[in-house]
Amino acid sequence: MGSTTGPRGRVRRLVTGAVALLAAASLVTACGSGDGGSDGGGDGRAADANGVDDGTTLTMWTRAATRPQSEALVKAYNASHKNKIELTVIPTDDYQAKVGAAAGSRDLPDLFASDVVFVPNYTTSGLFADLSERVDALPFAEHLAQSHIKAGTYEGKKYVVPHTLDLSVLFYNKELYRQAELDPAKPPTTLEEWDRHARAVDALGGGVDGTFFGGSCGGCGVFTWWPSIWAAGEDVLNKEGTEAELDSATAKKVYETYRGWVKDDIAAPGARDETGTTWTGVFPKGKVGVMPMPSTTLGLMPKDLDLGVAPIPGPGGGKSTFVGGDAIGIAATSKSADQAWNFLAWSLGDAAQVDVVAAHKDVVARTDLASNKHSAADPRLVTINQLVADGRTPYALKFGQTFNDPNGPWLTLMRNAVFGDGASVDKDNKAVTASLAD
Amino acid sequence: MQVKAPDRAPAEHRAPPEHRARRSPTSTPLWRSRKVQGLAYAAPTALFVAVFFLLPLLLVGQMSLSDWPLLAGDRGGNAPENYTDVTDSPLFWPAVRFTLLYTVIVTVVLLGLALLLALLVQESRPGAGFFRTVYFLPGALGLASASLLFWGLYSPTTGPLSRTLEKLGLVDEPVSFLGTPTSALLSTVFLVVWKFAGFYMLILLVGLQRIPHEVYEAARMDGASRAQIFRGITLPLLRPSLALSLLLCVTGSLLAFDQFFVLTKGGPDNSTVTIVQLIYREAFQRLNLGTAAALSIIVLAALLLLNVLQFRGLRHADES
Repeated sequence: MGSTTGPRGRVRRLVTGAVALLAAASLVTACGSGDGGSDGGGDGRAADANGVDDGTTLTMWTRAATRPQSEALVKAYNASHKNKIELTVIPTDDYQAKVGAAAGSRDLPDLFASDVVFVPNYTTSGLFADLSERVDALPFAEHLAQSHIKAGTYEGKKYVVPHTLDLSVLFYNKELYRQAELDPAKPPTTLEEWDRHARAVDALGGGVDGTFFGGSCGGCGVFTWWPSIWAAGEDVLNKEGTEAELDSATAKKVYETYRGWVKDDIAAPGARDETGTTWTGVFPKGKVGVMPMPSTTLGLMPKDLDLGVAPIPGPGGGKSTFVGGDAIGIAATSKSADQAWNFLAWSLGDAAQVDVVAAHKDVVARTDLASNKHSAADPRLVTINQLVADGRTPYALKFGQTFNDPNGPWLTLMRNAVFGDGASVDKDNKAVTASLAD
Repeated sequence: MQVKAPDRAPAEHRAPPEHRARRSPTSTPLWRSRKVQGLAYAAPTALFVAVFFLLPLLLVGQMSLSDWPLLAGDRGGNAPENYTDVTDSPLFWPAVRFTLLYTVIVTVVLLGLALLLALLVQESRPGAGFFRTVYFLPGALGLASASLLFWGLYSPTTGPLSRTLEKLGLVDEPVSFLGTPTSALLSTVFLVVWKFAGFYMLILLVGLQRIPHEVYEAARMDGASRAQIFRGITLPLLRPSLALSLLLCVTGSLLAFDQFFVLTKGGPDNSTVTIVQLIYREAFQRLNLGTAAALSIIVLAALLLLNVLQFRGLRHADES
C-alpha cells in the first residue's frame, strides 16, 4: 500500500519516478562527458599549501555515523576562519544513494566525506578533484593514516585525506567483570577467552547479557567480525578485491563462536534483528559484558560507565582492527577548491588534531601525533591509537553492493553461518565472490 | 479510474448550422474557433503529460536498453542484457511472489475491515462522527513516518510493545516482531491496515450513504433478513465504491516500498523484498540505472496488463 490516490497516484508515482530517473540520467550524461572535470577544481597549482581563507561559504556532506567528529571540526574551523562551512548530515544508509544522485546532477557539495570503503567507487568515477600536489606539500604528509590515503589513490593520484578514523575495538564493562569475578584489568586476548568472559558475565542473569552484535547488518559484520579473522593472520579478500576468502577455517571458527552465543542466548536480545541502526546503543546501557564497538563512540559513553578498551582478538590470539571511518575530498565540480583545501589542510594540522580530534577521545589521523597530551591522560586512547598499525582497510570496488547491501550476499552468509547451522558457508562465499567480480 | 466523457456543450454555445454556414471565414478569427479553443484548453495537460510522463518514459526505455552505471553515465546500448540480468537475479522471482502474496493479504484484510468499519459508523448515531474521525486519523500520517513509528514500537531492544507484553506476563522473553519472515510480513500488514483502513472506510461510507433509504425500507417491508439485505442490496449497490477501493488497494500494494524499506529492509533473510525495493536496490545499492530502468519497464507493463484485466473484469461484472 503505497498510494492513497490510486491510479492517479500510480501515474504520478510513475511520472515522479520517471522524472527522477530522467533528471539523474541526463545529468549523469552531462557529468560523464566532462571527464576533464576530474581535476577541474584542484589542479594543485595553489602556491600556498594552506589554501585560501577569504570568507567563502563552503558546503560539506557527511554521514550520520561520524557526525560528532565532523561537527566538532567544522565548529572549530568556523570559529577561527573567515570561510564558513555549512555541514549537512545524511542518514548513513542513504549516503551512497544521495552521493550517486548528486553526482549525476552535478549537485555535489564542495567537500564530501565518505565511508573509506566506498572511496574507490568515487575515485574511479572521477567525483573527487586531484589533491596529489596539495597533499604531498603538507609537512606531515608521510604521517597521514596510510590506509585511508591508499584507499583514495587511483592511478597514482591522491584524491582524499583522512577525515575521521573509526576503529573497531572491544569495549568491556569493568563493573560487570568484577561482579562475574573476572579481572577487570585483563580483557580477553583470544577469541576463546572472549567467549569465556561473555559466558561468565551472561551467567550473572537479571537482564545482563554476555555480548551483542548486529546480526542483520552487513556493515557491522565486516567491521567487527573481520578483525578476528585478520588477527589470526588470515585474509578475507584477495588483493584486487575480486575474490572472497570468507570460507577459511579461521573464518569458520569465528562464525562458530558467534553461533554459540546465539544458541546459548549469550547475545543480548535483538541481535538477530539488529539492522545497524541501534547496535551501538546497547552497550552504553551497562547490561552487556564485552562486545566490539566503533572507537568513535568512546567519547559518547556515559560518564559513570566503567569501561575498558581492548583490541579484537582472533582464534588463538593476535589482534587487529578495521581501520574505517571517513575519508574526505573536494568534489571535482567545486568552484572553491582553494578554500575547501584551506579546511582540509587545517583539519590535519596539529591544532585541529590535538585540540579537537584527540580532545574528543577520537583517533588522530596522523601517526606522529599518536601520543599527545590527551592520549597520555587516557590509556584507552593509547590502546586505540596504537592499533592503527595492526589494522586493515579492505579494498573492493563492489564493496557496498556486496557487503553493505541489506539484500546482498554477505549478509546471507553471515546469517546462515550464525543463525543457521553454518553448513552453507562455502556456497555463500561463492556468491560473495560472484558479486565482487560482477 | 474511468475517465468520464466530457459533458456536451450547453445548447446556447452551439451555433445553429445555417447561421454558421452564412458567416464568412474571416469573421471568425482562428483563435475563436472551437477547435483551436479546445486545443488550447487541452494544451497545458498535454504538455504536462508529454514533458513529465512520455518523455521520461521514453528515456527510461532507452536507459533500460543501455549500459548505464549511476556514477559513470551512459556507455551505449547493451540490449537485452539489462532485462536478462534482472530476471536472472535470484531475488527477482521471490520478490514477484512476495509482492503478490502481500497484495492479496492486504487487499482482503484491508477492504474487509474497511467495510466493517463503514457499516459500523454509517448511521448518524451519537458518537458516530467521533468514531469516523478516530478510524480515519491514522490516514493523516505519512506512510514513511508511520513506518518509522511502528519500527520504534516493534523494536525488541528499545520498543515499548515487547516490554509491555513481558511486564504483563504474556511472554517470557522479548518478542521479535520483525525477526521471522512470517512475523515481519504480518507486522507490516498490521501497520498498513492500521494506516489505511480509515481511508477505505471513507470511500465505502460515501458509497453506503448514496444507497437510497427507500430501497432498504421496501426490502424490510417484504420481510428480508439483515443478511439478505446485505447480500441483495448493500453489496450490489456498493459495487462502484468497492471497485474503486479494489483498484486503489491492489495498485498501491503492488507498488509497496516505504513500509518495507523502513521496517524490514527486505529482511529477515530477503523474505520481504518487494519488486519496487529491487528497483531501488539496482539503482542505489548496485548503482546501475540500466537494470533499474529495465525493472521499472517490466513493472509498468505488468501493472498496465493487470489494470486492463481488472477494468475488463469489473465492467463484465457490471453488465451481467
